[in-house]
Amino acid sequence: MDMKATKKKLGLKEKYRVMTRDLGWEPGYHTKEEIFPYATYEGIKVHDWDKWEDPFRLTMDAYWKYQAEKERKFYAIIDAHAQNNGHLNITDGRYLSALKVFLQAISPGEYAAHKGFSRVGREFPGVGTQVACQMQAIDEIRHAQTQIHALSNYNKYYNGFHAFADARDRMWYNTVARSFFDDAMSAGPFEFMIAIGFSFEYVLTNLLFVPFMSGAAYNGDMATVTFGFSAQSDEARHMTLGLECIKFMLEQDPDNLPIVQGWLDKWFWRGFRVLGLVSTMMDYMLPKRVMSWREAWEIYGVENGGALFKDLARYGIRPPKGWDDAEKATDHMSHQIMLGLYQWSFGTSLHSWIPSDEDMAWLSAKYPTTFDKYYRPRWEHIRKLAAEGKQFKNFGLAKLCQTCQLPIVFTEPDDPTMACHRETTYKGEKYHFCSDGCQHVFENEPEKYIQAWLPMPALFAELEGDIGKWMDWVSLRDGQDNGDYVGSVDQRNFEQWRGLATSNS
Amino acid sequence: MTVAATKEYVGVARDRVGNFNGKQLVYASWDHHLLFAAPFLLYAAPQMSFRELVEGPLTALVQPDPDGAAIDWTQVEWLKSNQPWTPDFERSLADNGIGHKDQIRFRTPNLTTLAVAA
Repeated sequence: MDMKATKKKLGLKEKYRVMTRDLGWEPGYHTKEEIFPYATYEGIKVHDWDKWEDPFRLTMDAYWKYQAEKERKFYAIIDAHAQNNGHLNITDGRYLSALKVFLQAISPGEYAAHKGFSRVGREFPGVGTQVACQMQAIDEIRHAQTQIHALSNYNKYYNGFHAFADARDRMWYNTVARSFFDDAMSAGPFEFMIAIGFSFEYVLTNLLFVPFMSGAAYNGDMATVTFGFSAQSDEARHMTLGLECIKFMLEQDPDNLPIVQGWLDKWFWRGFRVLGLVSTMMDYMLPKRVMSWREAWEIYGVENGGALFKDLARYGIRPPKGWDDAEKATDHMSHQIMLGLYQWSFGTSLHSWIPSDEDMAWLSAKYPTTFDKYYRPRWEHIRKLAAEGKQFKNFGLAKLCQTCQLPIVFTEPDDPTMACHRETTYKGEKYHFCSDGCQHVFENEPEKYIQAWLPMPALFAELEGDIGKWMDWVSLRDGQDNGDYVGSVDQRNFEQWRGLATSNS
Repeated sequence: MTVAATKEYVGVARDRVGNFNGKQLVYASWDHHLLFAAPFLLYAAPQMSFRELVEGPLTALVQPDPDGAAIDWTQVEWLKSNQPWTPDFERSLADNGIGHKDQIRFRTPNLTTLAVAA
């Protein structure tokens, strides 16, 4: 019997249909509500899932091909970096602190995003959405893996990299990022998409990745530049997915607008607090700086973000509620966080230091209205204490924000000399916040945030304040991972090895 | 709206006073003295007198500030939960109404060494 010859290759459009939309089916013996039980409880109304547009029309077979090619290039460069002592090409050992922030706070976020997209890919009823979320889930785990792999080479030589996962979960300056993802992952699928797909990937991703990647390039770190490039083409797809998702929600039903706006307000502010770490990295931790945090905010926040919200205005979306407070905080946040990292440096898995005269001159040029007025006097006093042999250590620890979990280092939006004190009582318990933005987030869903595990109170509740036990528990090796960069093991090793590589003595 | 959920949702407060081994947390901060990056977190027994709290941990913690040694604790202005308030130094934290996670603040209008540069 003759087989009927089929066409050898499907056209692109046909292939897309067969490999995405055709994968769905009408359930026969369960209702759609039973199969997708989380699709409606958030209040988002969707009338037609087929209206979901996938701008990339990527199918799984093409996806594997592209990603495999990128992996080959990535590992070729990573291997070369390891074999050629690439770690000695960085500008200065201080740069390592920027990498530690990235590995402890950000890379585990990629892994969390992977878990989140796997979940929402299952929970959304639409096939186009499911496929897009599945690809993004695989992207995110690849990003986590390539970042950890690239930075593992530094772990062979320097301290503070070895226990990044413990540091991420338990360390007080990292739980701002952890709580961001925990919050998103314990939300419904639509809120998750706004939190990660839209706020994180679309509104904030440039502020997060561009500074780290250009910072890496400026400071001679080829390994990090490479994983940045490898992730970049994925990020473009993620940003488009995030934007598509928000437009889809807004076009499906007018009742969705207030819900989406509330999420935008919340997730903009939560993301802005995560950017506090990035601002500090940019202004203080890069030996050779790309641009100031303020300048990055102007370009990626004010200009790009502003244009985006202008575009969304036709759906009735307004800029997020915390926008003006964010603008006011931009000239202060990096200084406030670095002062905290320095005075609590006995409890950090990275090194910090007192800015040099040259650093301070740069900071006052970049922050002409704030640095000399508010922050230089503090740094100069800290330097004086150090010169007297009394390194400033603040054993008073810190009050943490119930929502973002950062130490409350921030000031009143209109008075930089006054710490921001915000508190509320819920069911007889007191809660404290770093800002109106974080207080609003709490007050919208108090039952969620009263459960927050806050690292500093936990030190007393669980370990009765025993710092030694706490160090073991967070995998911090006292005298190696923590403290001032000056006099650290990292400084000694970097300078010695670099000296061997560049001189004869 | 408390939490969007598929069924009734009740959270358990993580940092209840019962979890702190008979002690409590007290937050303390010195207005306009931001060398200290955030309000201090103190771990104290509710029976501790206010004087012990002030002359013990609080006095020790403020010393790195150039004004630290010059504080006259009898003259400072106090606030509790952001409202003016007068503590009784001889009575306990509990008798002074300082509950778990309460924030006390103090002001020293004449001490401004590290305040805004001219």
